[in-house]
Amino acid sequence: MSFEWPWQYNFPPFFTLQPNVDTRQKQLAAWCSLALSYCRHHKLYTLDIMEVQECPVFNHKNIDRKLSTEAILIVFEELRKKGNLEWLDKNKTQCLVMWRRPEEWGKLIYQWVSKNGMVNTVFTLYELANGDDTESEEFHGLEEWMLIRSLQALQTDGKAEVITMDDGKGVKFF
Amino acid sequence: MAILSSLIYDRTSPLSCAKIVVHLHASPANKEPGPYQQSKFSYFKLSFKEHGQIEFFRRLTEELSQKRWESTPMSQPIPTATNSQTGRTRAVGIVGIERKIEERRKETEKISQSKLMVKAKEMVELSRSIANKIKDKQGDITEDETIRFKSYLLSMGIANPVTRETHGSGTHYHLQLAKQLGDILLAPLEERGGMMALTEVYCLVNRARGMELLSPEDLVNACKMFESLKQPLRLRIFDSGVMVVQLQSHSEEEMISSALDNVTDKGSLTAEEFAKLLGLSVLLSKERLLLAEKMGHLCRDDSVEGLRFYPNLFNSQA
Repeated sequence: MSFEWPWQYNFPPFFTLQPNVDTRQKQLAAWCSLALSYCRHHKLYTLDIMEVQECPVFNHKNIDRKLSTEAILIVFEELRKKGNLEWLDKNKTQCLVMWRRPEEWGKLIYQWVSKNGMVNTVFTLYELANGDDTESEEFHGLEEWMLIRSLQALQTDGKAEVITMDDGKGVKFF
Repeated sequence: MAILSSLIYDRTSPLSCAKIVVHLHASPANKEPGPYQQSKFSYFKLSFKEHGQIEFFRRLTEELSQKRWESTPMSQPIPTATNSQTGRTRAVGIVGIERKIEERRKETEKISQSKLMVKAKEMVELSRSIANKIKDKQGDITEDETIRFKSYLLSMGIANPVTRETHGSGTHYHLQLAKQLGDILLAPLEERGGMMALTEVYCLVNRARGMELLSPEDLVNACKMFESLKQPLRLRIFDSGVMVVQLQSHSEEEMISSALDNVTDKGSLTAEEFAKLLGLSVLLSKERLLLAEKMGHLCRDDSVEGLRFYPNLFNSQA
């Protein structure tokens, strides 16, 4: 399924940071939503600031408009405030994108586990994210750092426990 | 300058401006002092940015060949420096002119100062009496007196000490001027969609007056009085600092909705395009677009292609 661009994407002012405060708020909200859905569609979990500038999301070649680096950073700051983004370094060159937050992933994983009657079973992280059984699931292919955070969220809720085994990590669901 | 030895028209480089190089002889021993005591260069260059160099060269060569300065009475060497007591010194060249200007300035300064002292004394007395009256709220101070008083202060450059207002006061002259402007500007304003930049007003008014030109300060002060005189005009200052004279009848809403209508109609507009549509100056049309943007009706597209305004779909569309 190809990605569906929102109407703003073809609206040139979308790529200019608006000086009017109210207008800017709406603009940024639209950018956050677009960035997250794009990352979700392409299963992107990590972004590099330099690369991202040339990415079609921020560089719309058809209308010859691109979002400035300054504006991209402002959008990312909004995402960070909403809990959808985390900087990997102080210089803000790389970040983690959480188009779904750890809690949300945890919920999905647990649903699958209980639906298949696999409570009280132990899984390795690899099995969970990359095993044949989970191939049709949304969390299939989830990157390890995200998987761990999701399981930790479940752990906080008392629904799982992360275990360290000989050759890696595993999880038991309750 | 020291006597000229040669004059060269430098046409060498097509990229740089045309230059005329003036070579000088060494100065003779009995030469009078000039602007510089000495220089390590024996030539100076005249650079012509746009044009004029051909004519200048021709005339300079002509003058130099005729050497007219050697035959005029002004060329007699005069003992310099200490002649200022007698008042008028005759002197040669730039130095002489400079000296005359300096003397004239000093004289004018002396006169102004003494006049000022007298005026200041009057002022202090007047201000004291009126301040007292106002304080006591006794005596009949007419509005006219108060206005006149404030206006004298304004013309002296002193802010109003009694009520600390910063506008609304002016000289009798400014009052009259404001009335006059009200009459002069009505028709031009109508023609220009109800708004004119203050610079446009300045040009228009001074062109009409011919003699006795208005100073910018007088114009601004007069315009500030429109409201108190109940004129149908207003002085308005935009966020950017641009000042305009506006017809009272042209409300802000009208301007904004006209901007929005035009932009929506054409899809998008630059300030230049909008100016052409309405027959306004680019400056004023930009101010209208900015105002509409400020009110949230328009948004902007700022790219290498220029600044363009669109209807604010962020607001209107889900």
